[in-house]
Amino acid sequence: MIVAQQKPIKDIAQMINDCKKVLFVGCAGCVTVCLAGGEKETAVLASAMRIKRILENNPLEAITYTCTRQCDPEYIASLDNQVKDVDAIVSLACGVGVQYLAERFKDKWVVPALDTKFIGGSTVHGVWEEKCGLCGECILHRTGGICPIIRCSKSILNGPCGGSQYGKCEVNKDIDCAWQLIYDRMKALGKLDKLMEIQPPKDWSKSRDGGPRKAIREDVMIDE
Amino acid sequence: MNNLSKLQQILDSGQFAVTAEIGPPKHSSAEGIRHHAEMMRDYVDATNITDNQTAIVRMSSIAAGAHVLGCGIEPIVQMTCRDRNRIAMQSDLLGAYSLGMRNVLCLSGDHQKFGNHPMAKNVYDIDSMQLIDNLRRMRDEKVFFSGEAIKESEPQFFIGAVANPFADPFEFRVDRLEKKVNAGAQFIQTQCIFDMERFERFMEMVRERGIDQRVHILAGVTPMKSWKAASYMQNNVSGMIVPNELVERLKNAEDPKREGLDICIEQIKYIKENVKGVHGVHIMAIAWEEVVPEIVEKSGLYPRPKVG
Ligand code: SF4
Ligand code: SF4
Repeated sequence: MIVAQQKPIKDIAQMINDCKKVLFVGCAGCVTVCLAGGEKETAVLASAMRIKRILENNPLEAITYTCTRQCDPEYIASLDNQVKDVDAIVSLACGVGVQYLAERFKDKWVVPALDTKFIGGSTVHGVWEEKCGLCGECILHRTGGICPIIRCSKSILNGPCGGSQYGKCEVNKDIDCAWQLIYDRMKALGKLDKLMEIQPPKDWSKSRDGGPRKAIREDVMIDE
Repeated sequence: MNNLSKLQQILDSGQFAVTAEIGPPKHSSAEGIRHHAEMMRDYVDATNITDNQTAIVRMSSIAAGAHVLGCGIEPIVQMTCRDRNRIAMQSDLLGAYSLGMRNVLCLSGDHQKFGNHPMAKNVYDIDSMQLIDNLRRMRDEKVFFSGEAIKESEPQFFIGAVANPFADPFEFRVDRLEKKVNAGAQFIQTQCIFDMERFERFMEMVRERGIDQRVHILAGVTPMKSWKAASYMQNNVSGMIVPNELVERLKNAEDPKREGLDICIEQIKYIKENVKGVHGVHIMAIAWEEVVPEIVEKSGLYPRPKVG
């Protein structure tokens, strides 16, 4: 899933400083699971803003709504009536949701309440870790199911580098060295010989380096 | 211009090579580089020019290499994968070759977090293994990294790589060295050796597999100025092992600098006499270049062989 975190309250407040009525829109997708922008977080943020603005003698009318998914035109259509008289929309979705709102509500000021961080999952309650770098051509079958593109700080395909020590990455002792993990797993699977094959340079054109990507499935397209 | 690297000629003829490191400055004057190069000229066979070491902005390794070459020393240009994509790497290396540089050392590079621009974006388009492999293909198959033919004057570099016997997983370090040799590495410089016992175990595995017959291994040594420097490396540099005895020895020394030099000289002599499969030393006197001649001389490695 996409993992996001809320921006500092003062930064969000700054973006809507001159607005009198604001719609806070949560999302019931990934950001609900990572506890950043679901129904509950949306209500909490809206009331925090109301209180802050009362204290500042500049009261704010804050209304809330949580979409099933903000990255889907079908689910944001239900906002059409609510946005009419608001001065701004604060989206608590990932960057995709913010853009969907901005695109649909062309005359509205749409701002992000979250920083979209990465795609990954949680390891223990309250901790999420990055797992995939969206490279466009998955190579997990060659690395024992552990992604070196995003979990190795240098995206090394023939690791580990000389900074790997005691299982940790040179960048930080809190980061596991992905290549130590790959080594351990390949060893346990009896496949260490695979690590002797020189992995060729990656085709980054399949990643963002090839320009913004599109996925097209003609078989499921609906003719109009 | 002679096409062959002097370092290669010395190593291939079976002589014990000596290389040292020159760190380019954090400014645009070449005076210091020239000073160090002139001082080292008769004492080393080639000098490594670091490539923005520890991710601190310095004069480019190729520009600094040109100054070194102008002083009559052969440079070993370092090329990290951190700052350049495959386009910039090839372009810079074509340029380096055109300026007369014949040796390249391929390495991943320290993460930018350690440098003076921790907010920079890193590149890591290709890794050091792929860089070695592709430089070999450039020379032997006359192709760019993409496979497109190089129509004329392909660069024929003497290709170097690094190995760190002190990083983990230890058993895989020899495999990874072998992988680099398979990719095309012709000489290897090791991380600074302080833990001699571990280095000897590493070399034993290297010899068992005959890797020392396929590549020239240069043992990396570093003289230390003080126990504080040693203790810093012990605790803060990932992939280094500095034994406590060494820190203590420096701590108890009356003249720590003298002691640091003596330790380094002892290490070189020990490696040359006792560690089979090592074909030379690489002296990394970090920000202490002026001691290199003394180390070389007292280690019994002076005078250096003359190459035609
Ligand atoms: S190899 Fe690519 S697609 Fe697969 S997990 Fe890593 S970044 Fe994601
Ligand atoms: S220490 Fe491991 S994870 Fe960190 S950069 Fe090196 S190989 Fe990658």
